[in-house]
Amino acid sequence: MSGLLFRIAPPVMAVRRPHRMIERHLLAYRHQWLIIVSGFFEPLFYLLSMRAGLGDLVGTVRFGGAEVPYDQFVAPALMASSAMNGAIFDSTGNVLGRLKYFRLYDAALATPMTPADVAVGEIGWALLRGQLYAVSFLAVMWGMGLIGSPWVILALPACALIGFTFAAIGFAGTTFMRGWQDMDIVNTALMPLFLFSATFFPTSSYGKWEWVVQLSPLYHGVALVRAANSGVWTAGIIGHVAVLLGLALIALAIAARRLDHLLRK
Amino acid sequence: MSGPLITAHQLVKRFGDFTAVAGIDVEVRKGEVFGFLGPNGAGKSSTMRMIACVSPVTSGELRLFGLDPATHGSQIRGRIGVVPQMDTLDTELTVEENLRIYGRFFDLPRAECRRRSAELLEFAQLTERASSVVENLSGGMKRRLSIARSLINEPELLLLDEPTTGLDPQARHVLWDRLYRLKQQGVTLVLTTHYMDEAEQLCDRLVVMDQGRIVAEGSPRSLIEQHSTREVLELRFAAGTNESFEAQVAGLGDRHEVLPDRILIYADDGEGALAAAHARGLQPESALVRRASLEDVFLHLTGRTLVD
Repeated sequence: MSGLLFRIAPPVMAVRRPHRMIERHLLAYRHQWLIIVSGFFEPLFYLLSMRAGLGDLVGTVRFGGAEVPYDQFVAPALMASSAMNGAIFDSTGNVLGRLKYFRLYDAALATPMTPADVAVGEIGWALLRGQLYAVSFLAVMWGMGLIGSPWVILALPACALIGFTFAAIGFAGTTFMRGWQDMDIVNTALMPLFLFSATFFPTSSYGKWEWVVQLSPLYHGVALVRAANSGVWTAGIIGHVAVLLGLALIALAIAARRLDHLLRK
Repeated sequence: MSGPLITAHQLVKRFGDFTAVAGIDVEVRKGEVFGFLGPNGAGKSSTMRMIACVSPVTSGELRLFGLDPATHGSQIRGRIGVVPQMDTLDTELTVEENLRIYGRFFDLPRAECRRRSAELLEFAQLTERASSVVENLSGGMKRRLSIARSLINEPELLLLDEPTTGLDPQARHVLWDRLYRLKQQGVTLVLTTHYMDEAEQLCDRLVVMDQGRIVAEGSPRSLIEQHSTREVLELRFAAGTNESFEAQVAGLGDRHEVLPDRILIYADDGEGALAAAHARGLQPESALVRRASLEDVFLHLTGRTLVD
């Protein structure tokens, strides 16, 4: 990956020490481990509400040629959404603070670190944190009997990909923000993604608007995690992976360039 | 390595239409303390950022340790220390952690980071505050921590952008003492300041910048000798009336300068000039004879006081 980045970015932006950024965050979060732990509870609450509430009302959904209980249908989508949310929050609000207010990146760039080190490190951190939550989400699903197939283990790399894509998009977007007020845009953008990415109903129920759903990057993530949990793999999977990976690499290149532009004036 | 540590030839920095640095030539030798002096907006910080390899050169040539920042930025930054104008300390970490993680950015092994952190805390007189949160430090302590942090990679060259701006007199003197010790250890220091006393105290050699250009260069003493008389007579008349006395002070010294709050008369014999003023029947509210300073040099060269 760093090879590809090297080709689209000038050598000044070479990636050599992204892990230093992660090391700094590990040190910082030692003082704030509660924030990390609190992230575990979100999926638990979601799944409980789906089981106790909606699941009873809806019954089953037709998916992959079989009737699937509603909570088992929704759980993978929630897992994908939670990977998205975690990545976005880490790469927007936190990055904005470090970029504009605490000037962490200014300090880092006075050392051998490069803007690309910072960008890749931040995205890597968001991804790691996302994996921690994905594992806990999977554990909760298992505890509630929502696992549909042993293939579900592939939901972890799927969530890593989702985290990578959204962290890169979030980071790139943040480099264009003027201040905290722009964080509202992030929340506004996340809401429709969360609701209309075949999260709560299958694509077939969108009728002639089905193609719109395909535009949502989260939809491709949901499709991957759902395939993993059902064990039903189709050729479409390659397309979903390609979309997420493509978006991630484009966003990463934009993020590194913008960071260079902002910090190396 | 022989030869100068920093060479800049016709160095230019432009931001869109605005030219911050308009072609300067500078050479900094190993072991010296070199100063950039000038009012706000003179191009000092832009020059410093280019030297620190965090700001690309628009045109001209810049070399540090004989290397080009455009191609060897990381390597050069690995050998220098930077104390920025505004503290960029990590507020989510403790004092000691700030030093330690910064060492890691320079690829130092963990054990070495710990060893150097302990040493630098001692140097910065912050050992007792090692586990404090940065936010609770005073301005002077934060500055000292910034300097300590910039030394974690044992730099050959230390860049300080207005190191004592905003500090109280005691804190400034502690800081000057620390910088003097570094100089004795052979570290090359490059600093910007708009404080005359700071430049006179610390710098072996300095350049005066104005509107992106270098308008004078030399040691503090030689600049004063070249651009000013030995003494200066300051006359203060009633507020708002200073200008009306301009004609009457003409010829009292080699030359004079009318400021909003006082008139400066440049003469090698200040007392003599004061006697002459009294002989002309001038009765200022206060009069002061002092030695010429860098401030006078600056005033002469740019027609402005430094801190405006």
